[in-house]
Parts: sequence; C-alpha cells; structure tokens
Amino acid sequence: MPPTPAKPPRLTGEALHAGYESRRVLDGVDLAVAEGQLTVLLGPNGSGKSTLLKTLARTLTPSAGRVCLDGQDIHRRNTREVARRLGILPQGPSAPEGLTVRQLVGMGRFPHQRLWRQDAQQDAWAVHQAMIYADITDFAERSVDALSGGQRQRCWIAMVLAQETDLILLDEPTTFLDLKVQVDLLELLSRLAHEHGRTLLLVLHDLNLAAAYADELVMMRNGGIVTSGTPREVFTHTNLKRVFDLDAQVLEDPETGSPICVPYTRQGAMPPTRPAPLTVDRRCVS
Amino acid sequence: MTHSPSLNHHLTPTSDATAEAGRARYASLLGLLGVVLLASMGLSLSLGSFPTSFVEVLHSLAAPQDSDIAFIVWELRLPRLLLAVLVGAALAVAGAILQSMVRNPLASPDVIGITSGAALAAVAFLALFGTTLSIHWLPAAALAGALLAALLVFLLAWKGSVAPSRLVLVGIGLSAAMGAVTTLLIVISDDAAAMTAYVWLTGSLYATQWPDVLGMLPWLLVAVPLCLVYARHMDAMALGDAVAQGLGVNLLRSRLVLMACSVALAGAAVAFAGGLSFVGLIAPHIASRLVGRGFARLVPAAALVGALIVLYADLLGRVAFLPKDLPAGIFVSGVGAPFFVYLLHRTRYHRG
Repeated sequence: MPPTPAKPPRLTGEALHAGYESRRVLDGVDLAVAEGQLTVLLGPNGSGKSTLLKTLARTLTPSAGRVCLDGQDIHRRNTREVARRLGILPQGPSAPEGLTVRQLVGMGRFPHQRLWRQDAQQDAWAVHQAMIYADITDFAERSVDALSGGQRQRCWIAMVLAQETDLILLDEPTTFLDLKVQVDLLELLSRLAHEHGRTLLLVLHDLNLAAAYADELVMMRNGGIVTSGTPREVFTHTNLKRVFDLDAQVLEDPETGSPICVPYTRQGAMPPTRPAPLTVDRRCVS
Repeated sequence: MTHSPSLNHHLTPTSDATAEAGRARYASLLGLLGVVLLASMGLSLSLGSFPTSFVEVLHSLAAPQDSDIAFIVWELRLPRLLLAVLVGAALAVAGAILQSMVRNPLASPDVIGITSGAALAAVAFLALFGTTLSIHWLPAAALAGALLAALLVFLLAWKGSVAPSRLVLVGIGLSAAMGAVTTLLIVISDDAAAMTAYVWLTGSLYATQWPDVLGMLPWLLVAVPLCLVYARHMDAMALGDAVAQGLGVNLLRSRLVLMACSVALAGAAVAFAGGLSFVGLIAPHIASRLVGRGFARLVPAAALVGALIVLYADLLGRVAFLPKDLPAGIFVSGVGAPFFVYLLHRTRYHRG
C-alpha cells in the first residue's frame, strides 16, 4: 500500500507523564507520529491510550515531558495557531440542540477566522469540500441531533476536515457504531492518509479493524507503550497475549494479507490447528 | 477576497441561498422587534396618571420649551422608560451569556450570586445607613455587592480553571446563604427601612432620574460589544470543552471575559432597578426560540426582548392600578411567563 518515503515526524511526545487528579496514567511515554500514515493506538481499557491522545492534542497538560509540534512545545504555543495545523475529535462529542450540519462543519473554520478578517469564500469552499468528502451534503441543512450515529460522526469528521489541518487526532471515532458504519468511517479516514497525505492518529477498540486499517499499530498497556510497528510485525499471538491477556489465533486475511485474530473459545478442547471460520466480523474485544 | 466570486457560486449555490434567506429572515425579525420597541416606547410615554395624548408627547419631545407637559415627559416618564429598556436589555444579555456558557437552560444571573449579592448589599445599606446617607448611594452599594458576590463565587469555584457546572453549584449555595442574611437584616431593621428594602427587592423603577440612566448606559456600551467580539468563541464552546480547545479557543480567557460581561451587565441592572432578574432567565429563551442558533444573533434579539418585557412590566405597574404605582418586578413574570409558555408550546427544535 504506502511505499511513502519516511518524512520526519511533526508531532512527537517525549518522556510523557500525565494523568488525572488522583491517578497517574502515562508513565514516560515516547511517541513519534508517522507522517502521512494512519497510526492506531491499541490497548485494553485503562491502558492510557486516550490519555496519550489527549496529551498529544494539548487537551491534557503533561506533568512531565513535552509534546512537540514542528519542534516547538505544543503547550506553550498559541492555541489557535496550533489549531491551524492539528485537528482533534474527542470521544463522543455532542452537538447542541438545533445546530445544523452546515453550521457544525462551519465551526471547523474557527482557527482561520479573525474578527475583522474572514475569508468567506475560502471558508465556504473548505466547508463544502469537507462535506463532499464526508458525504453529508444531502442533509447539510438538517439538525445534527436528528441524524443517526454514523451520519453524526461523519459530520464531526467533516468539521475537523474543514479545519484543513495536516494532522488529525481522533479518540475512538467508531465506538458504538454498527460494523458497516465503522468500516465506512475507517475507509474514509484511511483515504485521508493515503490519498491526501494527512497524518492520522486514532484510538480504536476493535482489534481486527485496527489491524486491517492501521499503517502503524501502537500497543499500550499500563500507561506505557509495549510495542509498535506495522500490523504484520506486531499483531501476533504473543503480543495479543502480552498486551490484552487475550488467547487468540492470528490468521491472515486471504484478500489483503492483513492479520486477523480469532480468540479461542472456552469450549476447551478446541485444538489450535482446527480451521477456524474466517469471518472478519468476529470481534475480539469485549 | 482573493477568490473569484463565481467559483464559490458554482460550488455552493444552496448554501448561499439558504444562508441568504436566513440572514434576511433574521434582519426582518430584528427590525420588527425594533419597531415594536419604538412603538411601545411611544405608548408608554403617552400613558400615565396625568392624561396626555401621543401628539402632545411628540410635541413635548421635539420642543420641550413650549410644552406644558415637558416636566412629565422629560423628567418623569422618559428617564424611567429609558432605564426600563436599558435594564431589560442588560439582564437579557447577561442571561444569554450565562445560559450559553453553562449550557443549561436554567442558568440566570441569579445562580452565580449576582442578584443575592446586590440584594444583601442594598438591604445592609438601608439597615445601616438608611437614615444617615442619601438613598442615591443605594445603586453604588448594590453594584459593589453584586460584583463582590460574583468574585467570591469565582474564587470559591476556582480549581485551576473555571468549570461552569462548579460555578453554578457554588453560586446557588452562596446565594442561599446571602438570602438568609438578607432576610435576617429585613426582620431586624425598622419598618421604614424594611419597606424600602422590600420594594427594592421586588424590583422597581419608581422615581428614576437621569443620573440613573446615565449610570446604567456605559455598562451596556462596554459589555455588549465585548461579548459580541467573543460570539464565535461562545459558539465553539457550545460544542464542548475538548472540541473548542481543538478549534483553538482559549477556554480560560474566553470564559473570564464573557463571565465578566455577564456580571457587569447583571450587576449594574440589579443595582439600578432591583430584583428583576427573572428577565435574565426568560428573555434569552424567548429570543433563541425566535432566532435559532448562534450567539451573535442571540444577543441583539435577547436585548430587544428583555427591553420589551421590562418596559411593559413597568408600564403595567404604572398605569394598571392607578393611583397606585406598583413595582415592575411584580409584572415581569406576569408579562414574560405567559408568552414564554406559549412559545415553549408553539416552537420547538426539530428533534428526531
């Protein structure tokens, strides 16, 4: 797929320690987000993947270590200037009642607007392009809270796209959606990286979808990174056991060659060699 | 401006059309509210215990020197009318700011302690200095009380940042405490002071003079434009803290500026007119049901609606029970609440 020449990473975290009032979550994490690729943070609940994403997104200030965007500490930069390079979509965003799709997507233009200097043409164009890309033009004038979960998530993604940033961080963008909708969203996001050169960092919950769509997988456990690499390199029986404490057989998707995990069921006697049904929609995560 | 206009036209014909229609609808609505306000002001100037006709009033406004009723129009009715309009607008905008920021439809200047702080200061002033100092110092005392209370709520709610929900909880708690002290002061002060305090607490524009109008005006002239400057920030914050931050909103600064505007507007209004703050709860609701989403659109509409509510509340208080002049506060709910309930029933957002 992507034989992209490796560009130097623009977003890096160095020796990050971070957490919340009572609990320290990240414990000295180093991460460089690969340019022009789709990177997925993967790990069990409480492993610190969302905390890492929030820290990289400057939503959370690290207690030690620093996040650098283009070589400068992100927490010391003008937040609006950062917002012109880095877009974020937090987990489970909610739109106020009555806000239309077009208004929501238009909010993505905020960092580009000043009180006295607004380029209405450029704004309208960016909003329009974002809505076409996310395929939401058909219901542009409807209110966001009246849409289905998948449509709503596409609207939020369109808002981040209208921001026209090279880097985009998304926290569990597919959670609570139907599998088909999840696949559609991930197709959209991976096209962003591979056809438009955007850099994406996602937190995902579904192991097989992560393995199918990620260029780079970062596996976390207990506030640290256990291993990272391409799905073929790191999506292995041993790593799944180590990171998720999951006993699973890792097979190969005959179409794409990407790895798929099939957890061993409790029926005990099932031998590892028995051919497991090769269905991609078997989810491995509770 | 560097792009050719035709490019955009080809790309987004529908957005232009709908946005244009929305703007036109909004402009005509504001215009309508403005005309209604002007007409109501004319009506209010013509009505009162001394019978005057609209023509006489107009004549007196244009040429006060050769009018018999110049004193009634210029010194009695006009300042009172203008203060009603200013106070209504200020409370409505203060409420609009709070409701948008807290993302709670029940937020109003009451809940962050402004009204109760002003009330406590006013009652304390009447109890302690009621006989020694001029009553003209009452607004200053009330304003100081409002600002102090808001500051105290802020400090108590501060925890590295200001979370709106914590602000409201602290505000409600502090309001209750200050309310208790206010009641205590009224009970232990003498009858005359207690009566004055009670009328003040209800909210009255009785005996408004020009200095009151001129004291109220600067607060609006500063705070309303300032909160409009932050209108886009407010719209972004309505999407949630994390999204707003991602869009590049400086949350702390935006909140402080907007909160300061709200406190200044509500504090000044309460100082000059007493406890009319119900306006701050209902006027923004009525306005948002009329104009829909967008803080920059909400503010002017809320200001006009608030002005109308207080204007009619005071007009009713003045003329409905002649020769008695009743406090406007009694009628604020009387005027606002039925219309509010009617709107709640009629228009609702299209929910799925």
